[in-house]
Amino acid sequence: MSYKAALRVWRGDHGEGDLADYTVEVNEGEVVLDVLHRLQATQANDLAIRWNCKAGKCGSCSMEINGRPRLACMTRMSVYAPEEVLTITPLRTFPVIRDLVTDVSFNYAKAREIPSFTPDPAVGLGEFRMQQVDVERSQEFRKCIECYLCQNTCHVIRDHPENERPFAGPRFLMRIAELEMHPADTADRREIAQDDFGLGLCNITKCCTEVCPENIKITDNALIPMKERVVGRKYDPLVWLGAKIGRRPQHDTPAVPGAKR
Amino acid sequence: MTDIERLSYDVVVIGAGGSGLRAAIEARQAGKRTAVISKSLFGKAHTVMAEGGCAAAMGNMNPNDNWQVHFRDTMRGGKFLNSWRMAELHAKEAPDRVWELEAWGALFDRTADGKISQRNFGGHEYPRLAHVGDRTGLEMIRTLQQRVVALQQEDAREHGDPEAMIRVFAETTITRLTTEGGSIAGAFGYVRDTGDFVVFEAPAVVLATGGIGKSYKVTSNSWEYTGDGHALALLAGASLLNMEFVQLHPTGMIWPPSVKGILVTESVRGDGGVLLNSEGKRFMFGYVPDVFRAQYAETEEEADRWYEDPDHNRRPPELLPRDEVARSINSEVKAGRGSPHGGVFLDIASRRPAEEILRRLPSMYHQFKELADVDITKEPMEIGPTCHYVMGGVEVDPDTQAASVPGLFAAGEVSGGMHGSNRLGGNSLSDLLVFGRRAGRSAARHADSVAAAGRPAVGHAAVDAAVTEALAPLERDGGENPYEVHAALQELMTDQVGLIRNEGELQGALAELDKLRARAAQVSAEGGRAYNPGWHLAQDLRNMLLVSDCVAQSALERQESRGGHTRSDYPEMSPEWRKINLVCALDGDQVKLARQPVVPMREDLLGLFDLAELKKYLTDDELAGQTAGSSTAAQEETR
Repeated sequence: MSYKAALRVWRGDHGEGDLADYTVEVNEGEVVLDVLHRLQATQANDLAIRWNCKAGKCGSCSMEINGRPRLACMTRMSVYAPEEVLTITPLRTFPVIRDLVTDVSFNYAKAREIPSFTPDPAVGLGEFRMQQVDVERSQEFRKCIECYLCQNTCHVIRDHPENERPFAGPRFLMRIAELEMHPADTADRREIAQDDFGLGLCNITKCCTEVCPENIKITDNALIPMKERVVGRKYDPLVWLGAKIGRRPQHDTPAVPGAKR
Repeated sequence: MTDIERLSYDVVVIGAGGSGLRAAIEARQAGKRTAVISKSLFGKAHTVMAEGGCAAAMGNMNPNDNWQVHFRDTMRGGKFLNSWRMAELHAKEAPDRVWELEAWGALFDRTADGKISQRNFGGHEYPRLAHVGDRTGLEMIRTLQQRVVALQQEDAREHGDPEAMIRVFAETTITRLTTEGGSIAGAFGYVRDTGDFVVFEAPAVVLATGGIGKSYKVTSNSWEYTGDGHALALLAGASLLNMEFVQLHPTGMIWPPSVKGILVTESVRGDGGVLLNSEGKRFMFGYVPDVFRAQYAETEEEADRWYEDPDHNRRPPELLPRDEVARSINSEVKAGRGSPHGGVFLDIASRRPAEEILRRLPSMYHQFKELADVDITKEPMEIGPTCHYVMGGVEVDPDTQAASVPGLFAAGEVSGGMHGSNRLGGNSLSDLLVFGRRAGRSAARHADSVAAAGRPAVGHAAVDAAVTEALAPLERDGGENPYEVHAALQELMTDQVGLIRNEGELQGALAELDKLRARAAQVSAEGGRAYNPGWHLAQDLRNMLLVSDCVAQSALERQESRGGHTRSDYPEMSPEWRKINLVCALDGDQVKLARQPVVPMREDLLGLFDLAELKKYLTDDELAGQTAGSSTAAQEETR
């Protein structure tokens, strides 16, 4: 059942580097990460790969395999024909640290700008009461393993690095949606979703949904409903009037000031 | 030598999984400047792999549940070798720790009346595990991660710097703790990205590094589980408790070979799944040991009724504690009744409707579909035991989590005692929270007690020695490939210090470990210092070999079978051995083993058990003054 696969793996650091050719044994049932590990153990001890659980639960081994963003631990070799050359490269949107490992600190910085979960302080320990049907919407988004494949794929930043400042990316717009739909959250993040995190830059091409290894419907269930909520907040004439005459709060919870880079 | 960055903190937490983050949150909330050091990215720790849930006697599903019942289950699961004080604190404090997560944004599955839902699990008398489908660990790590971020946002508002009070050092590995005059002075490590060295100066260090599974070939553990904290503690002068107890989870994937060892959650059985041999028989009915006879069903009919009516029926034997189930599977395979790939079948397809399986076990469905082409709603899974958890760990004070070295604390899997000889499923996530918080609080108090001027400093000699040690594999030419030594170690531990052990194989293993140590001392790492996994592994080998030595020595010493330690030459559990803890410490560079008496259980806790049950575990001498009966149970409050 074994065969030898031809691999072209990007080797290098800080923008300098090239594809290196290897021939590696492949056995039945293996995933791309197994083959990279064999390459590392037998031919390239210092090959940099980021990985942890090898079970699709931690989101560490994100890379591009034949140009498609994937988790190496969940991509079976049987997807490819034995004679097919596999080209394995680091995530394109983020700066390369070394070989297949990229600097994903952009994502951690964005995470820190979003106002956190804000429960009613009057609710005591163990007193939350929420219905399953109500928690399920946010639970879908909390399946996210932070592999950042959606961030890597989204053309708003993949092809336009200048948008990294105004745009938080699908993962963090989904985080805003998650908090907005959280039954016990009291903050309002609709204005800042648009003004500070660039929800308007998303043109719902669903590329993020397509690459999500957790099959989260990012666009349909998080981003589009969020856009609708923003419209309701910012452009609904009744809401506008309410704000004018002081019946509704003028602004939502502000983005966290000092947390920005 | 290049300049080495020196950073000063009140509390340094090594490890960013459940216990590390919970400890760091507590230290920061106590006003301490806190560093969290993680081998991986923030939020990727091994805790994400926990599937089933977090055990806490909230009584949401069955009002009869309370801390006393949880305590009893935990002691039974650990075969009465647990630190009873830790088991008590754990059972009492777990509910508050779960509710706290909810206040930080966690979204657990709900009951019909809107409370946190709880599920059945092996060894737990009532449905007790708070859960989110089968991805509870991910929910927990994300909640703690987001709590850290929330605290950083507070600090950003107050100090203008989100990292003023709590900072996460991702992809940074600690290779040495430094001590001064016998007390903790700090920690030395390298940044994986660059290979630069870094020194953390701190009077209090919390070890929260998890387990040791990467010393084994078939394991559910990730690359991080190289026993770092266990080894760091030993090297700093602390001791390890009962390292012979290693849990093999009964249900790991076994086919295809590349996924061998990946965990299949116990929830499959908790939610109705059964174990079958090649003859299609539910074989667990034949393996209920005497100590558990009273609590487990004798017929399939009674077992099946239990899911609907647990108050009037006994539990299915598939939900025995993990050590029992793993051994039973092993016996079936040895008797020639195994599945085609050397395991047994785990069947939920014929037991529950497809949509219920998809709702309750979505990641199991996904995992088998993607990795093994098996649809678990239509066909049974093939499973077998996989190295999952180490019960042994750093010997700590049960209330403060302090190790014997002043300033050193340990929480979670790296600490010992809580789970005795076998951990119940679901008791790990709660352990992380309960003792992570306690360790963080104790570390903060310790930092307070050490006046700023009197803080021990990290000496230059210690740093120089750590640098030399770290660079050695890079500077050595022509040595062996570290991956080969690692593979040989994994082979050895799996074959000779695995599920079933005996004197001859253990002695052979100790001799082989000597040879592996000599080989590890001569490995070469090719390449440079920036993100070089070969170099990282070469350094991790020291830790794995030290810990493996402790496991093998303790396993050879303990001449009985109990929990996660089974000796084919001593198959019985011995009440005399229950009175003995085995403790490992370093003498020079040699691991030395000592016997230590177990502290007798407090009277009021003993009173929670029937005399008939105690007789199965304790010696006649211990029982002498004992007039049991559960009526005397004290209800004192802690906190």
